[in-house]
Amino acid sequence: MAEKPQISSNTTSANFSSLPVILLLGLFSLPLLVMYAYLFIDTISDTEAGSLIPNEFTLRHWSFLWETKAGKPNIWLVTLNTFIFASCITGVILTVSSMAGYVLSRLNVPARGFFLAGVMVLHAFPSVTLIIAIFIVLQWIGLYNSLIGVILVKAAVELPLGIWLMKGFYDTVPWEIEMAGTVDGASRFTVWRRLVLPQIKPAVMALGLFSFLTGWSEFIMPQVLAPGAKVQVLSVYLAGLIIDDNNFDFGTFKAVGVFYVVPVLILYVFFQKHLMNIYGGGTKG
Amino acid sequence: MRILLDKFSKSFGSTKVIEDMDLEVGSGEMLALLGPSGCGKSTTLFAVCGIHRPTSGRIMFGDRDVTHLPSQERNVGVVFQSYALYPHMTVEENIGFPLMVKRVASADIRKQVADIAALVHIEDLLGRRPAQLSGGQQQRVALARALIRRPDVLLLDEPLANLDAKLRLEMRSEIRRLQKETGITAILVTHDQVEAMSMCDRIAIMKSGEIIQIATPSQMYNDPRTSFVASFLGNPPISFLKGQAHQGAFVLGGSGLRLPLATLAGIPDGTALSLGVRPEHFGTAGGVPVEGKVVFAETQGRENLYDVVLPDGSVLRSIQPVRDDVKPGDSVRWNLDSASTFVFAEDGQRL
Ligand SMILES: Nc1ncnc2c1ncn2[C@@H]1O[C@H](COP(=O)(O)OP(=O)(O)OP(=O)(O)O)[C@@H](O)[C@H]1O
Ligand SMILES: [Mg+2]
Repeated sequence: MAEKPQISSNTTSANFSSLPVILLLGLFSLPLLVMYAYLFIDTISDTEAGSLIPNEFTLRHWSFLWETKAGKPNIWLVTLNTFIFASCITGVILTVSSMAGYVLSRLNVPARGFFLAGVMVLHAFPSVTLIIAIFIVLQWIGLYNSLIGVILVKAAVELPLGIWLMKGFYDTVPWEIEMAGTVDGASRFTVWRRLVLPQIKPAVMALGLFSFLTGWSEFIMPQVLAPGAKVQVLSVYLAGLIIDDNNFDFGTFKAVGVFYVVPVLILYVFFQKHLMNIYGGGTKG
Repeated sequence: MRILLDKFSKSFGSTKVIEDMDLEVGSGEMLALLGPSGCGKSTTLFAVCGIHRPTSGRIMFGDRDVTHLPSQERNVGVVFQSYALYPHMTVEENIGFPLMVKRVASADIRKQVADIAALVHIEDLLGRRPAQLSGGQQQRVALARALIRRPDVLLLDEPLANLDAKLRLEMRSEIRRLQKETGITAILVTHDQVEAMSMCDRIAIMKSGEIIQIATPSQMYNDPRTSFVASFLGNPPISFLKGQAHQGAFVLGGSGLRLPLATLAGIPDGTALSLGVRPEHFGTAGGVPVEGKVVFAETQGRENLYDVVLPDGSVLRSIQPVRDDVKPGDSVRWNLDSASTFVFAEDGQRL
């Protein structure tokens, strides 16, 4: 990619001092920062009841990492499940919507309007209302309490949005690129794979990231469709901690919460460049 | 390879763009498609390379009917109006793409790309992306990509539109040389009559989806079939006088100008006519004096261009070797070469 002119940042710094803005933003963000700081401090310390200041350092709350609690699944198994769950959803969504979007955008599909409207309606439809029916279907075909089942369901629910987005991005790719590709002798598939798909790479990246994050944070579907200890994901594990009234441990709950959110933060750090890119479009170079 | 369009028609939905077009381009010939914007030049080109399916009619390459052959199998090189380079690839990858698709070994691709890049003078740019090139450089990349797989047919959609004057001249002869050397059959789409006349063996002039006339450049210039063709070729353009036939002569109302013309024998008196006079046929030689007033003078270096208003208000253009004695506002009496004029009927047909 070529160097992009950094117009916005340059002019801002040239026109006025950014110090007041930073101060103001810092002031407004302070409550949030304090909350996050306390969330973390609470996981590595004990505080006497009624006090705000922690009085001793402890790693007790993080012990779930190295010892499995009675009646709870192993945290690493749960984390692995969550990764599999989120990654598979991402894979399915990316594969299907990048192809379906292309077909809807470029090929002469019969009843294209009907398809597009249908996709939109599906997206608007609250999927939670279907959950009982899905539960019965999954149990009936033997995929209840399995990762595959819940992956398929979650991916299917997220697909309409992905297809719709991809179709929109394909629409912005100039036709001439495809024309040039076909007269250069490339098959339609090669044209899609080598010429058109790279044009919307930032969009694919963004959709992938969003899909992964929705998968990572999904709670209702795994809770209802795959609650078993072997296939549990982190959100279900976390919920299990507060439901458990007998040995209620707020510190551990917070520690698991921090543990749950760390991969998301890492992902954002690595992919934010691509996320910003989605607005610029891929072809500007 | 000979290209033949046989009763080719193309419509988009209910808009008919081309209707029953017949066109033959001989093997090794370079044909210019010349016409105003929106007349269907690109549409014709796209049908030849297989991007648009004809609504009806046949397209033949040599003796082969390619009407239903997909563009991948036609072996046609195309330079698109908008270049259509692949933005995510370097210049080298762009040019090599047609070979990559054919699974040519990559060392081979490199070599051929280097050869063709040298031919169009872009050796230094191979590592860049299209966004980092000027319009003219992009155009040359597009040309190299079209030529690299040695196509049977080369289609050029205004390939020189974005070049500066010097480079345009250079590329004109370069393309022509390449085309002659390789014996490739080529169709060149252009707005620019100079380009069409200087590069091509024959010119086809189009107007709203129809071919008005096909001829060699000099035939077309000296023997236009309609006033549209006459007005399209020639720079500065031809000027028209509106008048009537009277006893075998062209009479311009209000000025008393009378031009006896052989072509008007047998035309009933009073028929409305229009007379086309090229600027080089007024003010130089000829035997019919015409009086008028110079309203505009412009020097073009070697020649001067004058607009002369006749008493009835119509304007004649004249191009002459540079002279200093005529200024705007002067009354002049210049000769008109009546033998070189064209007479058109009211509907534009040549008489
Ligand atoms: N896909 C399309 N759908 C509908 N109409 C079209 C389509 N493509 C072209 N047309 C119409 O067909 C006519 C001819 O278009 P074409 O692109 O062939 O013109 P052109 O001669 O190449 O013009 P220019 O010199 O401006 O490139 C135009 O009126 C255009 O609006
Ligand atoms: Mg065009």
